[in-house]
Amino acid sequence: MSAKKNRRIAVAKTYKIYIGGKFPRTESGRYFTLEDKQGNVIANLCRSSRKDFRNAVVAARKAQPGWAKASAYLRGQILYRTAEMLEGRREQFVAELVLQASTQRAAEQEVDLSIDRLIYFAGWTDKYQQVFSAVNPVNSSHFNFSVLEPTGVVSMLVPDSSSLLGLISNVAPAIAGGNTCIALASESKPLCAVSFAEVLHAADVPGGVVNILTGFRSELTEFFASHMDVNAVIYCDGGKAVAKTVQELAANNIKRVIARSRMDWSGDAENPYLIRDTQEVKTTWHPIGN
Amino acid sequence: MATPEYKLAFDGGWEYDPAPESTDHISVRKRYGLFINGEFVAPEKGRYFDTINPANEEKLSRVADASEADVDKAVRAAREAYRTTWGRMKPAERGKYIYRIARIMQERSREFSVIESLDGGKPIRESRDVDIPLAAAHFFYYAGWADKLEYAFPGRSAKPLGVAGQIIPWNFPLLMAAWKIAPALACGNTVVLKPAETTPLTALKLAEVIAEAGLPPGVVNIVTGAGKTGAALVQHPGIDKIAFTGSTNVGRIIQKALAGTNKKYTLELGGKAANIIFADAAIDQAVEGIVNAIFFNQGHVCCAGSRLLVQESVADEVIAKLKDRMETLIVGDPLDKNTDIGAINSMMQLEKIQSYLKIGKAEGAEMHQSSCRLPKRGYWCRPTIFTGVSQSNRVVQEEIFGPVLAIQTFRHHDEAVMKANNTPYGLSGGIWTDKGAKIFKITQSLRAGVIWANTFNKFDPTSPFGGYKESGVGREGGLHGLDAYVKLGAQ
Repeated sequence: MSAKKNRRIAVAKTYKIYIGGKFPRTESGRYFTLEDKQGNVIANLCRSSRKDFRNAVVAARKAQPGWAKASAYLRGQILYRTAEMLEGRREQFVAELVLQASTQRAAEQEVDLSIDRLIYFAGWTDKYQQVFSAVNPVNSSHFNFSVLEPTGVVSMLVPDSSSLLGLISNVAPAIAGGNTCIALASESKPLCAVSFAEVLHAADVPGGVVNILTGFRSELTEFFASHMDVNAVIYCDGGKAVAKTVQELAANNIKRVIARSRMDWSGDAENPYLIRDTQEVKTTWHPIGN
Repeated sequence: MATPEYKLAFDGGWEYDPAPESTDHISVRKRYGLFINGEFVAPEKGRYFDTINPANEEKLSRVADASEADVDKAVRAAREAYRTTWGRMKPAERGKYIYRIARIMQERSREFSVIESLDGGKPIRESRDVDIPLAAAHFFYYAGWADKLEYAFPGRSAKPLGVAGQIIPWNFPLLMAAWKIAPALACGNTVVLKPAETTPLTALKLAEVIAEAGLPPGVVNIVTGAGKTGAALVQHPGIDKIAFTGSTNVGRIIQKALAGTNKKYTLELGGKAANIIFADAAIDQAVEGIVNAIFFNQGHVCCAGSRLLVQESVADEVIAKLKDRMETLIVGDPLDKNTDIGAINSMMQLEKIQSYLKIGKAEGAEMHQSSCRLPKRGYWCRPTIFTGVSQSNRVVQEEIFGPVLAIQTFRHHDEAVMKANNTPYGLSGGIWTDKGAKIFKITQSLRAGVIWANTFNKFDPTSPFGGYKESGVGREGGLHGLDAYVKLGAQ
């Protein structure tokens, strides 16, 4: 960023939020400042509001049926494409993590794991259904089968510490299963989440499938948990008080509540049960006439 | 009351002779204590309440009203049994105990059927052919899972949760007890079950069966009581899991009460299922399907097809045939084998249904009821349909839990799906058509957990049951029903 050698002035990036496939600023006009250890300003980020969240839910709801109808093969390819785009921008993400106080080595490791995690869930899109569905041998003359369907719109309070890998480990399984989502980026390390939105955009993830907000967790948690058109809420960390608030508010419309606290995101987060967490089981009966 | 335009020709004069099931082979005690730690014990505070026969309002027995202290005692017994016997038992041996329960229930099925109909008001035909056989089958199915759990969760290990608190409704008293207890036991948990206050008897008879099967004391505990007893169970710190079946309102209260605890929960809540009849359906079969969907068990069914969506071109024909068929339904003595519709479960429920009949009329809908005779004593409701309703009418949006059907029409299948999905519920749905592609298109579009195509209200132990949206969280039945009673970990 420095212009020591006086060659040219670097172009700083404006970090915006991601709603419905567009990159607006927060409607509230508010911002918060991210500083490095020395107190230098790294970036001004959008301090998203309740209204931003509501707009994101509208976008996610609108995108959900189309995304759920996309074939498993297509969802897999789009997730794979996301990994490709992230690989191509590897250096940028490493630099952003380092800028947010990560060591070079830890940053490289986190980005590599993030890319691999996208590939991991890309590979599940056309397989989890086969693992988790069932033909049920009922004691009557009916054909009966149970399949998984996405629960719908998922709001996510993703981990603060694992700002890229933690985000991807929550977003990827939800959208692999045909849900759409709204994620609240890490508050202390928000840069990668915004850059990841650009990766999603470049990878042809349809607008509204993933929406990413930056802002204050203490301010936005209640809206993520209480919105009546959100089907499931995932919360990571935050302690007992957050757990209680989220679960209480989620009860207003019987949301599915998924707690992912104290997860080891570098090891613990590769299994299809993370996809199943945001799936519904639908059972269908039909007479077979014998 | 409107008269149907034409009637099924029974040539008049045909009356069914009474065909009552006898009650001389059953035994119901005058008073029941609480089933805790393998024996019936008196409640701490000595309070009892009556359980009555809703078909004649006569008292059947007195049942203990469990206080917080009683619930605590039951939870402690369950914890102790989990720690010392059930949780340590070889899974195959656990399974054998559960098989025993299934077998004894089959042996005593006639007794169970009669008591179920006496205490709850449902026709003996249903308790005999549906409730009791399915309850036994449920135990039989889950017994076999006890030593096979590693095949149910690929890549994970499944461990029991500990003590499960289970609260069940009055519409399928014994069957719901089986849905709750069987998978919990198979997975290695112990249980404290609270039956509904209007229908406690078959659960208490089940306690006898459990004792007869020789289960170690404390593995299953049964505490009777009303909402307060249920609340004590939900709030007890010694519980690891709550399984509830009942209304969405109570489910919401429970979900809130569990906030901030580590208790797992499953909720099976209300519904307002749409039964969609297309013009290309086999109409006569569809009419039978409509009758089964809404009048089965007096409509006291969370997955009842309480909304009919009929394609406009056949609406007149379907409604005329339905009214005609309704005239043939026999409402009356639950113990009579000819009875189609039994007694409403309680005075409170009857009043709720009647209030919805008023609401429906006040909102401008046209009400039609069959002209059947009703017994003088007891709680009864004629089969009822509302036509001329709109999507926002309360009788379309809210769960009535009685023999009351709201009928709407549609032109295009998109309209049918939109209307079907336009309630906060998502438990079940039905579709009637002879076109295969249409079945798949509609069943995929309905946001509900159980879909019946060209059939309705079918249940099976192997078939997962549970709702989308505000109809609940989790599934009961089948392989998927195991999930509610295990914690999964790395292998």
